[in-house]
Amino acid sequence: MFEFCSDPSTLSTFDWFSCYLTNGKHIQFYKSFGLIILLLVLTAPLALMLGLAAAVAIKSNFFLLRLISKTYANIVRGIPDIIFFLFIPITIDQLIEFTRHKIKCPEIIDSVWQGNDFIVCSVAKLPLSSSPQWIHDMYGFSLAILSFTIVYGAFAANTFHGAINSVPRSQIDTGKAFGMNKKQIYFSIIFPQMWRYALPGLSNLWMLLIKSTPLLFLLGIQDIVFWAREIGGSKTSIFQYPHPDWRVWYFLSLLVFYLLLTKISEIALNRVSKKLYLPI
Amino acid sequence: MICESTIELYSLRSLGIGEKLLPKSDITLCDQFVLIGSGIIWNMYFCIIALSLGFIFAISTAIIRNNKYPFISKAIEIYVFVFRGSPLFIQFFCAYELFVLFPKIGIDINLIFTTVTFQTGWLTKAWLGALFVLFLNTTAYSSEIFYGALKSIPKQDIDAANAFGLSNLRKYKKIIIPTMLRNSWASYTNEAIFLFHATTLVFFSSFPAWSQSGDALYYASYFADKTFNPFIPYPIIAAYFIFITLLIILIFKIINVYFNKHLPRERKSSIRFLSNYMR
Repeated sequence: MFEFCSDPSTLSTFDWFSCYLTNGKHIQFYKSFGLIILLLVLTAPLALMLGLAAAVAIKSNFFLLRLISKTYANIVRGIPDIIFFLFIPITIDQLIEFTRHKIKCPEIIDSVWQGNDFIVCSVAKLPLSSSPQWIHDMYGFSLAILSFTIVYGAFAANTFHGAINSVPRSQIDTGKAFGMNKKQIYFSIIFPQMWRYALPGLSNLWMLLIKSTPLLFLLGIQDIVFWAREIGGSKTSIFQYPHPDWRVWYFLSLLVFYLLLTKISEIALNRVSKKLYLPI
Repeated sequence: MICESTIELYSLRSLGIGEKLLPKSDITLCDQFVLIGSGIIWNMYFCIIALSLGFIFAISTAIIRNNKYPFISKAIEIYVFVFRGSPLFIQFFCAYELFVLFPKIGIDINLIFTTVTFQTGWLTKAWLGALFVLFLNTTAYSSEIFYGALKSIPKQDIDAANAFGLSNLRKYKKIIIPTMLRNSWASYTNEAIFLFHATTLVFFSSFPAWSQSGDALYYASYFADKTFNPFIPYPIIAAYFIFITLLIILIFKIINVYFNKHLPRERKSSIRFLSNYMR
């Protein structure tokens, strides 16, 4: 970063740190904070949409649709989210590769699961082993977003379901008396009022989502936890910047980052609910 | 019964009792079922101990915070903020790295007449270190729940208690704490379930599983890695978790009935699962 960084062993403490904290690995560490924000920004609207769709489906007249959406909404109540984070990516990965295997290599008739292995032909692999690294990263990150969306969509479905039920029954009856059809009732009566009841629950959900972002690490993504472990671990003198085990400081800085993130969110959400004259 | 020998070998495997080696090839359905079930022991251990200790500490901290003592109330507020505002996953990492830094030999605690050596090495083991973090975490969340309930106790209730000339202790025992628990029980049920689910994080954060004795998720992911087939171990662990979650709800419902036994039957509010997740 700076010119005087060429030989760190000769530097004074302050200069050493200014070099150390701006080296290549640290830049990657700082960039991974953006990854967390990106995940939040992408997952929140997707999960809201999925949750709203599921909440409407719970009220549908079709038995099968009702059954599926109810099961989906209730499943997160009984099963820890981390199980989904481990289960969904590998399942979807296998599903895609299995389908591609069936289409691209129909000549191989052996079962894909052989003993303790999952074998598909090499052209069916996704991403292809010849693809550049960024495609692998993108693929992994998309799977992560998908898992977060599915889990938080189920939470949101519960919140929306409660909110839809909180819209006064008499208003819906009035709508019916005016001859509105189902779609009109949803769009001009339920949806505009639902937010008032849903917002406290959605605020909590946002907090829950923020606090589950470090689980990205378990999905094998190079996120802030990965880099904190990587950089913080003790470095011997063969490294350019030798230091003892500093992981605790790195994790404490992550703690502070999350505290700031939740505090700012809390202030912003309180402001929104005050603006809407909502009971907090 | 084919499964009998497996149960004998592996049912207490998570505690280090029984067969040392985990099945490597020819993993049967029975192996998976028994080993994941044995891992559940850890999840229940963490949940039960952290929850029951946390319950007592949460009530005390909530009452202290509500009474607005100058420094200690502020300290509790900061503690609750730190533990509620950050992910449990990061808390595990922080705590583990801190515990590792402690001197290996132990800390001598000087009580006036005798010296006790506190074995700090235990803190880096999951059974104590992770339990400690889970305890601090659930205490913070429950403390916030109880504090909210304390603030919303009707002033008239306390006035009535004062008018009857109840002593401070009796006032807390007969009026304030029961009302607080009654009003916050639905939220606290949620907290208990979330804590139980959070126990799966223990062996996936930095706490290592010694000699492969981990919790249910540890074994489930072991099988998923070994067999490349996630469709058996994960549904098994999901079934276990759904079953125990239902058990927790049942127990908390029974306690709720006890709290509300003074109400006529039709007014007994049965706790429903909140659509408003507090955690």
